[in-house]
Formats: sequence, C-alpha cells, structure tokens
Amino acid sequence: MSVDNSTDPKAHPYMASSNIKNYRHMMDLVGVSDIDDLFEQIPASHRSTKVLQIGPTLSSEVSLYRHISDTLRKNDTCEENLNFLGAGCWQHYVPAICDEIVSRAEFLTPVWGTPSSDHGRNQAWFEFASQLGELVGMEFVGLPVYSFGTAGGHAIRMAARLTGRSKVLLPGTMDPERMAVIKTYCGFEELSGYIELISLDLDPDTGRIDLDDLEKKLDGTVAAVYFDNPNYLGVIESDARVISDLAHKFGAEVIVGIDPISLGVLAAPSEYGADIVVGTTQPLGVHMNCGGGVGGFIATRDEERYAREYPTLQVSLSPTTVPGEMAFGLTLFEQSSYGSREQGKDWTGNSVYLWAIANAVYMSLLGPQGFKEIGTTILERSHYASMRIAELPGVRVLWPSGFFKEFVVNFDEIKLSVEEVNNRLRKEGIFGGKDLSIDFPELGKSALYCVTEVHTMEDLDRLVETLRRVTK
Amino acid sequence: MKKTALRKYHAAVWDEPLIMQLGSPGRRGSIPPLTEDEILAKVGNGGALVPVSMQRKERLELPELSEFEVERHYLHLSQQTLGMMGISLFGTCTMKYNPRVNERLVYQPYVAEVHPHQHTDTLQGALEIVHKFDEILRELSGMDKFIFQAGGGADAAYTQACITRAYHASRGELAQRNEIITTAQAHPCNPATAAAAGFKVITLPLEADGYASIEALKAAVSPHTAALMVNNPDDIGIYNPDIREWVDIVHEAGGLCFYDHANFNGVMTRIRAAELGFDACMFMLHKTFGAPKGGGGPAVGAYGCTQKLVPFLPGPIISRDQDGRYSLEDKAPLSIGRVREFWGNVPVVVRAYSWTRAMGLVGLRDAANISVLANNYMEKRLLKIPGVSKGLPDVTKRRLEMTRYSLGELTNETGVSTLDVQNRMTDFGVDAYWLSHEPWFIPEPFTPEAGELWSVEDIDYWIDVLTHVCEEARNNPEIVKSAPHNQVVHKIDGSTLNDPDKWATTWRAYKRKYKIHAGEE
Repeated sequence: MSVDNSTDPKAHPYMASSNIKNYRHMMDLVGVSDIDDLFEQIPASHRSTKVLQIGPTLSSEVSLYRHISDTLRKNDTCEENLNFLGAGCWQHYVPAICDEIVSRAEFLTPVWGTPSSDHGRNQAWFEFASQLGELVGMEFVGLPVYSFGTAGGHAIRMAARLTGRSKVLLPGTMDPERMAVIKTYCGFEELSGYIELISLDLDPDTGRIDLDDLEKKLDGTVAAVYFDNPNYLGVIESDARVISDLAHKFGAEVIVGIDPISLGVLAAPSEYGADIVVGTTQPLGVHMNCGGGVGGFIATRDEERYAREYPTLQVSLSPTTVPGEMAFGLTLFEQSSYGSREQGKDWTGNSVYLWAIANAVYMSLLGPQGFKEIGTTILERSHYASMRIAELPGVRVLWPSGFFKEFVVNFDEIKLSVEEVNNRLRKEGIFGGKDLSIDFPELGKSALYCVTEVHTMEDLDRLVETLRRVTK
Repeated sequence: MKKTALRKYHAAVWDEPLIMQLGSPGRRGSIPPLTEDEILAKVGNGGALVPVSMQRKERLELPELSEFEVERHYLHLSQQTLGMMGISLFGTCTMKYNPRVNERLVYQPYVAEVHPHQHTDTLQGALEIVHKFDEILRELSGMDKFIFQAGGGADAAYTQACITRAYHASRGELAQRNEIITTAQAHPCNPATAAAAGFKVITLPLEADGYASIEALKAAVSPHTAALMVNNPDDIGIYNPDIREWVDIVHEAGGLCFYDHANFNGVMTRIRAAELGFDACMFMLHKTFGAPKGGGGPAVGAYGCTQKLVPFLPGPIISRDQDGRYSLEDKAPLSIGRVREFWGNVPVVVRAYSWTRAMGLVGLRDAANISVLANNYMEKRLLKIPGVSKGLPDVTKRRLEMTRYSLGELTNETGVSTLDVQNRMTDFGVDAYWLSHEPWFIPEPFTPEAGELWSVEDIDYWIDVLTHVCEEARNNPEIVKSAPHNQVVHKIDGSTLNDPDKWATTWRAYKRKYKIHAGEE
C-alpha cells in the first residue's frame, strides 16, 4: 500500500466525514496527528507492506455505471431469448410493485431495530408467514432460509432430532443442486449428528416414487421420508397420501418440498399428511437473478414439539404495554444460534428476509383467484408445449400427463445429444431445457423443460417449430 | 462541545391493519395471462390436468385487494419502519450507504432475468464481474480463491466447517479430529456452525486484556483439533496481537485456521489474512463491501482460502482461459458439493464489486481510517457522559472500529436498562443500537460502530441523544423505562412470545388461539 498515512482523505460521495474539515476536527479531538497512531494495537509485523492493485478508482457514477453496464451487457438474458430452463430457479413474471416495495430504502438498507421502530417490517414478515401458511395449510412458519435445499437440510435435521433416528429416505431423482445441499447438511459418519440418506427408486412408468421400493426401505429406524411435490422431473406425486401413511406407520416424519406457485391448483401438503413443509420462495415475486433469487422456508403445524426444533427466527403477534395495541416480537429466540451459540438448533444468520417482503407483496397481489388462475395457466401452457413436442418425430415426452410446469423431453431416437440440441436452439435465441443426461443417465438423452405463465402460445409454437428444424 | 437541539421526531403511525384484514371478496390485485383458446382446445381445462387426488378443493383464504391497495399497504409498512432513515450506528453490522446506482444495475434484465443454468457463453458478463471481484478479494486478503455461494456470514462459517470435515476426511483423520476451537468473543455463528457440522466446540474464555490467552489455546489444542475459527479484531474493537502465534500453534497441532473477517472495516488494506498464516477467511459483502442488508439478506459471505483448501471448495468454480473466456467447472473430486444452490448471489456480488471500484484502493484505506477515527472520536465524547463506561477499561490501547460500552453504572443508579435506553433513543429518530452477542460479558452493553458513512454532525447528534436520555434516566426514569413514546407502537409486552398457547407466527394460528371468527377480523 503506497498511501501516505499522514495525508488527509479524499472526499468521496459515500463518506460524509471524508472532507478535510470533519476529518481534522476528529483528529484534533482524538489528539493524534498521524492516523496510524490509532492502529497501535496491530503489531508492525502484522501489517501488510504489499502494494495492492484493485484497478482504477471509478468514483464518478457516470464512469462506474458505464463500466459495469458494459460488462453485464455481455450476458444474454431470458427476456431477449426464449427460456425453458427451470430446475430450481424458475422464470415467472415479477409484478412491478414487488420490485418497488423491496427497493424502498427502509426495507433495503437497514439491519434490525426494536419491535417498535421496526413495526412495519415485522408486520410484512408476519404477512409473509401468514399467507405462506395459508398456501401450505400450516400454522407455524419460520422466517425464510437461504434456499429450498437448505430448508430441506434443516427439516431433515429437525426430523432426526424429533425422532432420535438418523436415516432419511428421499427420491434418487431429486434436483442434484438441492440434493448436494442436503447431503452437506447430513454430515459425515465419523462425526456426531450424521444422517444417512437412502435413495428411493423412481417408477419409470409413472415418473413418481416407486411405492414398493418405499415399503421395502421403510422401517422403525427411518427418521423421515422426504419428497418433492411436484418432483424434480415435474411430475405430481399423486400417491402422496399413501406415501405419508406408510411413513407414519413406522413413526417417521413426512417432509414435503413444494413450489408455492402450484398451490392455487394443487392440494396443500397438510391435506395429504405432511408434517414439515419446505420449499422455494423464489417464484413468488423474486427475479431469477442468475440464481441469486433463491430462498426457502420451513412450515409445520403449530405444535410445540415442532416449534422447539426450528433453527430459524420467527415473528409472533404480541401485545404491547398499551391495552389493545399489537406488535410483533421474535418467538423462541433462545433456541437460535444467536441465543444459544453451539447449543442452539443448527444455526441462523442473515438469510433472504428482504425476499420475504417481495413474497408477501406477491401473495397479496395474486389473492385466491390469482393463484388459481396462474396455476391453471401454467398447467395449460405446459401441457400444450408437452403435447406439441411429443408430436415431433423422434422426440418423446417421458411422462406426458400429471405434471405441473416442468416435463422431461427425451431425444434418444435422434442422433443429436441434448447438448447439441441446446446449442442449435441457442443459435435461434432459445434456451432449451436443462440437460439431464449427465446427472441421470438412466433417463437417456433427456432434458427438463419448464413452461410458465410468461410463455405465450406463439412462444411455444416457436419452440416446437425450432425443435422440429434442429432435430431433423 | 456545543449541544444541538434534539429533533421533534415522531414515527409515521398509520395504524395499518394486517393485509389479511383488508380488502373485499372478488377484488383483484394482479391478473395472470389467460390461456389462448387454441391451447384450451388442445389440452382442455387446466384444473382437470391435475390428478384428482391432488386437486385443491378449498379456496385459499388469501386477502383480496386492488393493485393500488397492496402498494399503499406495503408503502405504509415501509414508512412504519425506521430503517436507517435516522442514524444507525448498529455495531458489528457496519452500516453503509448502499449506492442507488447498484440497484439500477441489478434490476436490469442482464442481472435480474438471467438463469444460472444458461450456457456459459451467455453468462460472460456475470462471470467476468464475479471473477474480477474474486481477484479483488484475493488482493485484499492474500487468499488464492474466493467463492460466493454462501448466503451470509454464518453460511460462510458453515462452509468452513464443511471444508474442515472434507479436508480431514481426505487425510483419513476425521474421526480423530473432531474438535473446533473458538473464543467466547467469536460471533455465535462460528461455534454454532461447527456444532451443526458435527464437531465438538471448545470455547476459550476472554481474559482481562480482551482476548483469550495463548496458554488457554495451548491447553486446548490436541490431536483432536480440527480447526480454529476466530474473529480478529473481535466486535469490541480489540485486536489479538498474538494471532500469528495462535495460527502457528493450531497448524502445529494439525488444525486449520479460519479468519472470520466480520470486522474487516477498520483494518481494510492493512491486514491480509493469508499473511497472518490463515488458511481461509470470510468477508461479508452486505457489510464491509457496501451491498444492502435487506434487514437480513439476501447476503453473501464471500469465502476465500489458500491453495491447500481450494480442492474442497463447493462448486461450481469460475475459471478464465487464455482467451479471456469464462467457464464454470464442477468436477473437483474433493469438493464439499454445495452449501446452497447455484454459483452465488450474483446481484450482491455485482453491488459489492461496484462499491469497491467506486471506492478504489485509496477509498478503502480512507474508509478504514475514518471508521477507526470516528470510533475514537465517539469514545472521547461518550466517556464524558455520566453513567457510561468503557468495556474492558484496562485495555488502554485505542480501539479499532468498534467499542463496547456499559450502562451498568446508570442502571445501578436509576434502574434504567440498556434496552430502555435503546428504546428511548428511537424516540428522537435514532435507529436502535446493537447491544452485544450472547453471552454478555459487560453489564448493560451497547456497541456503536460509526463506520465511514456518517457525518460528524450525525455522530454528534447520536451522542447528544444518548446524553439526553441518560439525563432523563436520572430526572425522569419512568419516561425512559416506558419508552418509546414517539414510535409506531409502544413497548412490546414479550410475555406471550414463548408460550405455546399464545404465540402466533401466522394469522391462522392467531385466529384459532384467540378465537377470532370469520367476519370479526
């Protein structure tokens, strides 16, 4: 570092006290003439002498905007192109009001205040939990966690603590991203708290969990059965009730991972036996953000047994010192890692609390009718795309019915690999479905296509005609 | 010191109902696109496409409002949040300005409407920014590689715990190395993530000089030692001058050393974690690097490590070829896999990169200087307030960017607690201060962190408010104990929060427990 310590700072728009007047005023009051004197705690041998390089300073907003915008413009977006990638991060329309509200400085910039000074923010969080609770049919909802996968990981650990067991069954064809996160959460055999994950077979005829396999693997040592609904391959687990009943017979907890945007048309997981519901929050008013939009949640019945295992923070309605007035306070703070360090339940920290506000706004905008309609539209459009794709020569849809917004397209009968198909589509401005052929070789040359409310019939026809051309 | 008049502040009070209590049946806030007739002709009605067993039967009980009503409701809620519209010197969180230009940038489709599974040919801009920011953090820390998958500082600590597992497992020593050492002053996320990863936690106590002793560390290390996880400086502004020796002791015992750089702001450009011998470190982009906190994320704990640990990093990893093309590699055999889905919180990295480029190296050095200077400036004034004392007063060297103070004397004298003072300060438009992480070593603590953002006038105002409240505590303690009086709502009565029969984290739970029926809402 070649900056002379005795020199005054350079006035900068982000620092009020970088003007010489303020700076010297503080130096005078503190009684130092050399700023380095303030760093007397740091031994000289600890201080770096390296000349650092981080690029030219862009303190002008004009230059900064230009530099970053020019760089980011090298991306191709899902607005300019037609996108059919989903697989854990989905392209849904984000209403303008969602962006407006989460851009409000009072929500965007701060950390925590008191229940009285943060009242509005806490209320927004409560409305997030309340509306999500309505969708999933549960009464106890934590503040969000980092992602779907981390929610799944925490829920599995909750189930292990609840049952005192350390084995969990879950589908072998889970989202590999989500599965990798869950594996991380389940530990190593050599250490305490290890949870063994056992894969359930896929029934190749239905695209759903093989119930015989489930029955074979279930016993009194299983802490939980975890499944996603719809599952990673898009298929709705229509035997969810059977799965839950089987799991409960052996005293296992049932954990269901859901996509909340489906719940205007799909039954709430509480209706078919879920004990712990987890899922994504990204489809509810959050942009994909190159994957940075992901978020997750945990919800259960409001039973003390479950509540006492939450790793998250949660807000509860609460009275104030003035009769009749309501506020929001943190419930069960003591069991969090903030309250109890390593004795706490797992751990918590910064999460995606701002997205919870976007989610609350989104759910309020849609309302009961909006959720029903968006679910219906997604079903109709995705099935249309699937039916038309299945008509193409050499192209199959593996499970053409009983799915929600994603479906598996198989290219085994043509010469091209999925990668080649996608490369050709990309040249035509289309991002084809997620290539499954490496993660799931048993599915052959397959891709997971995602169709949502953003796709018009014209878009879908263009996909079909382009696929027809490139696969010829 | 000239005393300024305190502002006549009052928070906005809209008496805003819950959104579940607003609206009217049939009202619409958003209308999804209707399916084209030709599609319906081919697929039939969507509802029937769901297997009967899985069809929703009951109508959702969600609010029904017009678009404007939803907007106005949440604008009211934002106004009912002090949210750093006052002066927030929230210690440990390094409150910064979040430049609006960055919001403009990340809301453009080239960030917002990009999918992480897109072919890397179509992601060159995002990959370039992430890669360039990796290079900047390498420069600032001396580490060899940074990743941005962790969704916050605690998640980065968890990343370390997982990498510690994988590292020792790869050497066949994991069963033996099952202990992680930390200190009582380390952030709770360090012991908590270590325990969640399956390790036993050894917490070294704080000594009179403000950090744990070398003797305690020597007594703690053993063939069971897997890693050391520490903050330095900690969140009371005290720097452990023996940290190099600490690292040597742990390395000799075969453990890894992780530097939780939560409190990097005061030492930016002066200290490089790798030069002190650490194997890995973590920076919080939503704190030190100017990205917004969002009231608790979306955030990024940037995790960096030396070559020794690079093989264990969660994937995918960005690399740059000779032609300047960026790609994502995800085949490292020793990788811990994922701590979160996808390859990082790109909008947060873009903001942090932008902030850092706007500051430049000189700006970073100035910010560190100003934040330490402002903290020492505050100390001069704060210690003149009767009832305020400095935590660990025997540590005489100047504190770095934070100092923990105690109101214990004031409490003994008046019965007014630090929580009361915190509440009362908000009556003058001052955001709540930070108290202390658990456990409290210092009675009735408060921990302001001035950072580089605030003007001298703001800092002086903050101190004037505290001075006034401490005077009130003596002259009229009830007004402080019953505070706040100018806030959105009054002081919370927390007696129901941990009672299973009374807590309610959702409206449906509240309605059931408090017997509120439809129509009475």
